[in-house]
Amino acid sequence: MNLLTAFKLTLMRSRQTLFISLRALRRNKMRSSLTALGIIIGVASVVALVAVGNGAKVQIQGQVAALGQNLLTIFAGSSRTGGVSSGLGSASTITLADAAAIAREVSDVAAVSPEDTSTAQAIANGRNWSTTVAGESPQYLSIRDWKLASGSMFTEREVRGADKVAVIGSKTALELFGPLDPVGQMVRIKNIPFVIIGLLTSKGASFGMDQDDRILIPYTTAMKRVTGDRYLRSVSIEVSAADRMSGAEDQIKSLLRQRHDLQPGQDDDFNIFNQKDIAQTAGQITTIVTYLLGAIASISLLVGGIGIMNIMLVSVTERTREVGIRIAVGAQASAIQLQFLIEAMMLSVLGGLIGVLIGVGAAHLVGVFANFQAIVSVGSIVLAFGVSLAIGIFFGIYPARKAAALDPIDALRYE
Amino acid sequence: MSAAAVRTDAGGMPAGGAPLVRLRALAKTYHSGEVEVRAVRGVTLDIEVGGFVAVMGASGSGKSTLMNLLGCLDRPSGGEYLLDGANVAELGRKQLARLRNRKLGFVFQSFNLLARTSALENVELPMLYSATPIPTRERRRRAGAALARVGLSQRSGHYPSQLSGGQQQRVAIARALVNQPEILLADEPTGNLDTRTSIEIMGLFQELNRTGLTIIMVTHELDIAAYCKRIVVMRDGQVIGDNRNDSPRSAEAELATLGRAEQQAQLA
Repeated sequence: MNLLTAFKLTLMRSRQTLFISLRALRRNKMRSSLTALGIIIGVASVVALVAVGNGAKVQIQGQVAALGQNLLTIFAGSSRTGGVSSGLGSASTITLADAAAIAREVSDVAAVSPEDTSTAQAIANGRNWSTTVAGESPQYLSIRDWKLASGSMFTEREVRGADKVAVIGSKTALELFGPLDPVGQMVRIKNIPFVIIGLLTSKGASFGMDQDDRILIPYTTAMKRVTGDRYLRSVSIEVSAADRMSGAEDQIKSLLRQRHDLQPGQDDDFNIFNQKDIAQTAGQITTIVTYLLGAIASISLLVGGIGIMNIMLVSVTERTREVGIRIAVGAQASAIQLQFLIEAMMLSVLGGLIGVLIGVGAAHLVGVFANFQAIVSVGSIVLAFGVSLAIGIFFGIYPARKAAALDPIDALRYE
Repeated sequence: MSAAAVRTDAGGMPAGGAPLVRLRALAKTYHSGEVEVRAVRGVTLDIEVGGFVAVMGASGSGKSTLMNLLGCLDRPSGGEYLLDGANVAELGRKQLARLRNRKLGFVFQSFNLLARTSALENVELPMLYSATPIPTRERRRRAGAALARVGLSQRSGHYPSQLSGGQQQRVAIARALVNQPEILLADEPTGNLDTRTSIEIMGLFQELNRTGLTIIMVTHELDIAAYCKRIVVMRDGQVIGDNRNDSPRSAEAELATLGRAEQQAQLA
């Protein structure tokens, strides 16, 4: 019972100090809000920037996933003429036979598409559009995990016949045909008429390239009629399972080295891109970027905290007389100390709350204007809020102790 | 006036009761660097319940230091101070704060109200620091009653900047009274006020004193001291005079005279 009354008394006293602090803050609305502004900006930027970082991470992961599942891409090495490098795929090293050998001999390969890609002018419906013309195999759709919106993909038979058939990307279709259904229409590529037999679903942009701006044709047709290449630019390969990726990569590597008669110590004349590696690297980069953004924002949070200490110190000096009056009417030193500490904490907590709201709002605005989904994480909110509270306590203690240690006689005489 | 007068208790001790304030060879020495300042050097004084004492003296006479000692804002470096039987020198910071809160009320020359804080909230202040918290409604009620007692009920929502000097001092007096103290300590309470307002404040003090409140007031104006029932004079940290004022001036009568004079001036 005695303990209960003591507890009640403590509770009532804390409420009273809270009340005193609130009154003091209200008396100095302008100063209070300016002080809180530092914390508001700090917390808001932590929440918003981490949300942007997380959003970027998720989007990039999505783009990597859109490349296809368990995708390996082999590019021919770069050709060098007198020290000038012409870029990957420009060397004539990978043959159709290489692609066939990979499909035949590497155990975990699920699908292979030999690729001969070029840029060409496509003309249809009285319109003109420069686009990517990709020679592929029928398996390309499964490798890239891509669906048709209408029509059908070309078949093995059409590949063998090097038929003039095309499957068109949604962006290219829109540019050439507008809202018309392109399936069944004609498109002229390098003045060769192709029949459009299928329309791809939209996949969106990936790494700055619009994947929907392309026309797929059989790789045989591409080599014979469009580019005249006798070599492949690249080969897309789907591996049966994610955990077989590196095994398959190694097998393909040794197979190609053997087929290309490369001696030990000699460089590869091809490059293998592993979709998993890309995903991992992209993930690492975005994580680093997120941390970086968070760190920059944390600095502003720290600056906000120092701002609170600064203002509280000024406030203690400025309110010396007030402290003197409070001591004269019987305030305990502990009550004075608690009052100033609570003032600092309330500034930081209120600032933190408003900052979280503004941060979430800013993250949404970024989503609206940048066509990009910022993802607000609960973790960043809790962290930013917790840090602002800690800052309030940490930077509030020193001024509070200073106020409590004032001599009442000097304080009352202070001008 | 002689030093011997100090020992004869001018106010007279009530038979059988200990005095409210009992000072015995009270001393206060400050050390500022190498210099030793003996601000109060051996003051012996008794003040009984219901007393109305003016402490006079030139600046540097030690009267302010004596007030700080009486107000428990400072601790004596020698001698004895018994307040209502308690030896102040033996009390800690916490207990002194409690004593100030419950037994003492302060009124200052410069009013010392909290700025941007309403009169009512200013009066509530001492109650916010009472040992047992007082519920908000009760706090409001008591603050309102204290303001009514000094005649400022109508001004409870005003800020100090919206009040005249006399009104501000009344708020300060209400604040000093709100915890029903044993002693009201006033340090030059009329120092910043004009004559008429000064007389009004002295009238309020006389009224409060009539209800039994003990008042100790520092002043350097003989005019103002004349309203008190006892006048203690200090010089160089010592009491050099202690006289009962058997016929204090009546603020009520003074104000009436002043009112008539003003009326006549208007008529003329």
